[in-house]
Amino acid sequence: MLPLIERICVKKKKWITDTEMTDLPAVAESSPGPIAINCATYIGYKQKGIPGALAATFGVIVPSFVIILVISFFIDGFLENKWVAGAFYGIKIAVGILIIDAAIKLFSKLPKNALTISIGTVSFLLMTAVNVFALKISSVALMLLAAAVGLAIWLARRKRAGGEAE
Amino acid sequence: MIYLKLFLEFLKIGAFTFGGGYAAVPLIRETVLSNGWMDDAMLSDMIAVSESTPGPIMVNMATYIGSSQGGLPGAAIATAAVVLPAFLFVLVLMKVMKRAMTNAGFRSAMGTLKPCIAGIILSTGAFMALKNVIGPVQAPVPDIKALILTAFLAVVWFASKKLFKNGISPILLIVIAGAAGIAVRNLF
Repeated sequence: MLPLIERICVKKKKWITDTEMTDLPAVAESSPGPIAINCATYIGYKQKGIPGALAATFGVIVPSFVIILVISFFIDGFLENKWVAGAFYGIKIAVGILIIDAAIKLFSKLPKNALTISIGTVSFLLMTAVNVFALKISSVALMLLAAAVGLAIWLARRKRAGGEAE
Repeated sequence: MIYLKLFLEFLKIGAFTFGGGYAAVPLIRETVLSNGWMDDAMLSDMIAVSESTPGPIMVNMATYIGSSQGGLPGAAIATAAVVLPAFLFVLVLMKVMKRAMTNAGFRSAMGTLKPCIAGIILSTGAFMALKNVIGPVQAPVPDIKALILTAFLAVVWFASKKLFKNGISPILLIVIAGAAGIAVRNLF
C-alpha cells in the first residue's frame, strides 16, 4: 500500500513531498481505520485543506461502496447457487487465515517486552473466553482498559520522575 | 430508529479500529450478533464477501450491513459513520502532530492498546477458523473436508511467504480457496 502511494502521490503527481511522506506511516498507524483511508485524508488535506481531505476520502470509498451495494442487493439468490456456495465454503476458510495473518503482522511490528507480550496474551485469552462462551463483554471495554493501563504507567513514571526531581 | 442505531454503532466501530481495518472484524461481529442483525452463518458469508471484494474490509462490511438493515440510506449512513472517526482523527493529528507524536502519554496508551488489539484480532481469527472446522462451539459437528482445506490453505499462504519476498496476495489466496472450495464441495 505505502510503496504504491509513494509512487503515485510523491513521484508521479507530486501531491506531497518526501518529508511529508515520511510522516504518513506514523499518522496512519496512530489513527483508527484502514491505512488507505488515512492516507487519502492526509494527502487530500496537504493538497487542498479540508475540501481536499473530504474529496480524497470520498473518492477512496466510493468504488467499494458501489460494488458492495450492488452485491448486497443480489447476494441472497447468488449464495443459493451451489457453485457459488462451494466457492464461499473455501473463501470463508481463507478469510480465517487472513485475519490470523493480520494479527501476526500487527504483533510482529510491536516491541517485544514483558508488557506488550502480557497484554497481548491476556487480551487473546479474554477475547477467546468471550467468543467461546458468547459472553456479553465488549472488546471496546478491553481496548479502553488496555489504553488506560498505558496511561497509568505513564502517569506513574511521571510522578516518580517528578518526585526524584524535587 | 434503525438509521440512528446504524450511525452510532458504526461510529463506535470506526473509532476503535486502531491497527488497520481488520480490527473492525471482532467489533462488527459482536455488534451484528448483539443487535440480531444477522445470524452466525449470514455473518460469516458477509465477512467472506467483504474480504473478496476490492476496498478496505471495514468499509465493505459497513456498506453491506447498512444495506441489509436500511437499504441505500442505511448503507450510506453506516459507511459514512465508520469512516468519520478515521477522517477526524487524521485531521486532528496533522494539526497537533509534532506534539501528539512525541506526547509520552499518547504513545504510552498506544503502546498498550496495540498489543490488546492484536490479541483480540488473533482470537477472533482463530475462533472463525475453528468454527469453519467444527461448526457451532456449543454443539460441534467436525467437518473433515474443512479441516483439510484449512491445512492446505494455511500451508499455501505461509509457505509462499517463505518462498517469495512478499508471498502471494490475499486476493490470490481467495481465488485458490474458492477453486478448492468448489473442488471439495461440488466435484468430489
